[in-house]
Amino acid sequence: MNASAREVRSSVPGPVLSARDLHTWFELRQWGFLRVGSVRAVDGVNFDLQTGEAVAFVGESGCGKSSLARTLLGLHQPTRGEVIFEGRSLGTLDGAERKAYLARVGYVQQDPYGALPPFMDVRRILHEPLIVHGVRNRAERDQRAREALEEVRLSPPEDFLSKFPHMLSGGQQQRVVIARALILRPAMIIADEPVSMLDASVRVEILQLLRRIQIDHGLTLAFITHDLSTVRHFAERIFVMYAGRIVEQAEVNELLNHPQHPYTQALLAAISDPDPDNARQQREVPPGEPPSLLKPPAGCRFHPRCNRMIAGTCDREYPPDLEPRQGHGTACWLYR
Amino acid sequence: MKPLLDGLRRLGQYPSALVGLAIIFALVGTAVFTVVTIPYGQALELWRGGEPWRMHPVNARPVWVDRIAGNNSPRTMVVSSADAVIEQEPFVGGSRVRIPLDFDFGYADFPSELNLFLTSTHVEREPFVRLTWETPDSREFILGGRRLAREERVSISQDWELERRLGRVPHVGLFAGPAEDGPPQVLEGRYRLMLDVILFEEDARIDADLVVYGRVHGLAGTDHQRRDLMVALLWGIPVALAFGLLAAVGTTVTTLVIAAAGVWYGGWVDAVIQRLTEVNIILPMLPILVMVGTLYSTSIWVMLGVVIALGIFSAGIKMYRAMLLPIRESPYIEAAKAYGAGNARIILRYMIPRILPVLIPTFVTLIPSFVFLEASLALLGLGDPVLPTWGKVMNDAQTQSALYHGFYYWVLSPAALLMLTGLGFAMLGFALDRVFNPRLRTM
Repeated sequence: MNASAREVRSSVPGPVLSARDLHTWFELRQWGFLRVGSVRAVDGVNFDLQTGEAVAFVGESGCGKSSLARTLLGLHQPTRGEVIFEGRSLGTLDGAERKAYLARVGYVQQDPYGALPPFMDVRRILHEPLIVHGVRNRAERDQRAREALEEVRLSPPEDFLSKFPHMLSGGQQQRVVIARALILRPAMIIADEPVSMLDASVRVEILQLLRRIQIDHGLTLAFITHDLSTVRHFAERIFVMYAGRIVEQAEVNELLNHPQHPYTQALLAAISDPDPDNARQQREVPPGEPPSLLKPPAGCRFHPRCNRMIAGTCDREYPPDLEPRQGHGTACWLYR
Repeated sequence: MKPLLDGLRRLGQYPSALVGLAIIFALVGTAVFTVVTIPYGQALELWRGGEPWRMHPVNARPVWVDRIAGNNSPRTMVVSSADAVIEQEPFVGGSRVRIPLDFDFGYADFPSELNLFLTSTHVEREPFVRLTWETPDSREFILGGRRLAREERVSISQDWELERRLGRVPHVGLFAGPAEDGPPQVLEGRYRLMLDVILFEEDARIDADLVVYGRVHGLAGTDHQRRDLMVALLWGIPVALAFGLLAAVGTTVTTLVIAAAGVWYGGWVDAVIQRLTEVNIILPMLPILVMVGTLYSTSIWVMLGVVIALGIFSAGIKMYRAMLLPIRESPYIEAAKAYGAGNARIILRYMIPRILPVLIPTFVTLIPSFVFLEASLALLGLGDPVLPTWGKVMNDAQTQSALYHGFYYWVLSPAALLMLTGLGFAMLGFALDRVFNPRLRTM
């Protein structure tokens, strides 16, 4: 990546990616035609991502984080609302523009082995996106594959180019996945739980690698995780998701030090500290389970599990987006 | 593609694969040799029968059958006037020619037939010939006289008058010893057919070929139309291999691509493909082929087309669909979509290669099943009417009641080649199955 390309990129004013009232619902049908309802995986999400920042989407499994990632990538069509990239709504892009958009957004998945076609060697895996995007020259593709491997610290690249995914360790596989996401020189990377399937020993390495690449290239990094404990070091802003909606958003330290939403507070309380006292201490966890996305509860989605629920309010109407502290938004009736 | 090559390299560990490959290579080599030495046009010409085969015996056994049985059956002998010592006495407006056709007969059995082919170069006035048969023990039989057209075939075996005089069919009676009672004995020695010809034109010439048809012929024997079965047995190889391979490739590739497209697009595309498949599966293939053969055309290429057409929406689609469904959901497909790979690329480059290793054994064992199908069609009389194939040979054998007459070679040699083909591909297929489906290896 040369300097001028980075300048051009950072000169685009405003947010690089925005979601406006984004809904992704999956229709459930019976006998192939009767509509019996929808799974509301993403249910009214708004956010702006600034150029060059790393943000984390945090939430329990089943809260819609992965569906959100796929909607941002255009793998799911939003039911309502829009995704705006560099000022243009994805819904208005034609085929070629959509393809160009996909080249500008890299995708890192959760399961590195599954994310790599087992019958292709690393060289082929890295060439594929280039072939799809019309890089005809084989030598050029090879050159870029080498650069990408160097970038993810798989060196010398020659040792890896002719390897098949099953010959690599989990960490190496994930590095190849990251190299593939980088090879089209994207403006943004969406990483969906990039380390949750890796050994604890390589998690931090991979996260540091992502962070370093993000800073080096001035990329925007959307980082989806269920693990609040690692977020602190690898993101600047956090979005907390619950049942398909963003319930709280703030700068990392602000959010971790002053959680406002009862759900965020519960999540933070559940982080395990390496403290011997923990062995004797029963943590308080919110009772119950995340709600069904098929029939979410009326009002605030969290109210059935919330210990500070305001009867007659929380169970009637969804709370508006409030800003109890400077730059710290949350959707909770407590701060009305 | 590397696992594929590794798998193929592992084949060497399986003796059955080596035997299968040896058989297949031998068949392919013979097929190439056949196509080069007997070109397609020539093969069709030969298989049409008639003139090219007039010097071949009818229903002669292969030589090796005779060897195994320990018999010394007669081979076919052609005695030509070109080798004979001809006496010619010219007279005004013509000449008198004596052509002695001498040959030694030393076999333990009678010939199967006796024919004389005469060619005359006269313009207008037909020559006259008188035939005399002399046995080694100096008996003489007058075979009569006749006027000659330019091309004349004297069927001595079918001379009813002679047969009545001899009391036996001529090709037995003329070679039998003098004993009147008991079964006829072959008299070995030097025989002569004397041709006394009177030519009524000075420039006219006459050539004669006496054919003493044997009872054994070549490595494959002959059929009821005097055709050498070797032509059909040899040409059956390329026809069978081409039919089997094309049908297997045609059905496998189309089935695979359609199954993958159905899985990938889902929705109504998949539904239409599945319904078509279900209807097609219950349609019986053979009766449809019989109908096409009876009402439309028995050309092998039409049949091939129909076989492939009926094979596209076959049960294979269900199998491939089951294998492809989990692959569609794999993260690497999602990743490919996320970097913008198109539908065709995902189907052909990402989904199909994944099941290719499992497919290869099935494909290899599919080839002989189409070879057998082609033979079955030919056996039912729906074979290509002009092409020499194994099934056609068996069909002829059946219509000529070969087994009833004891012409076992006629049925067994094409059947053996069919079995050999099946065996070769099956042995290779089973070994491939073990290589590519490692779970079978422990069993």
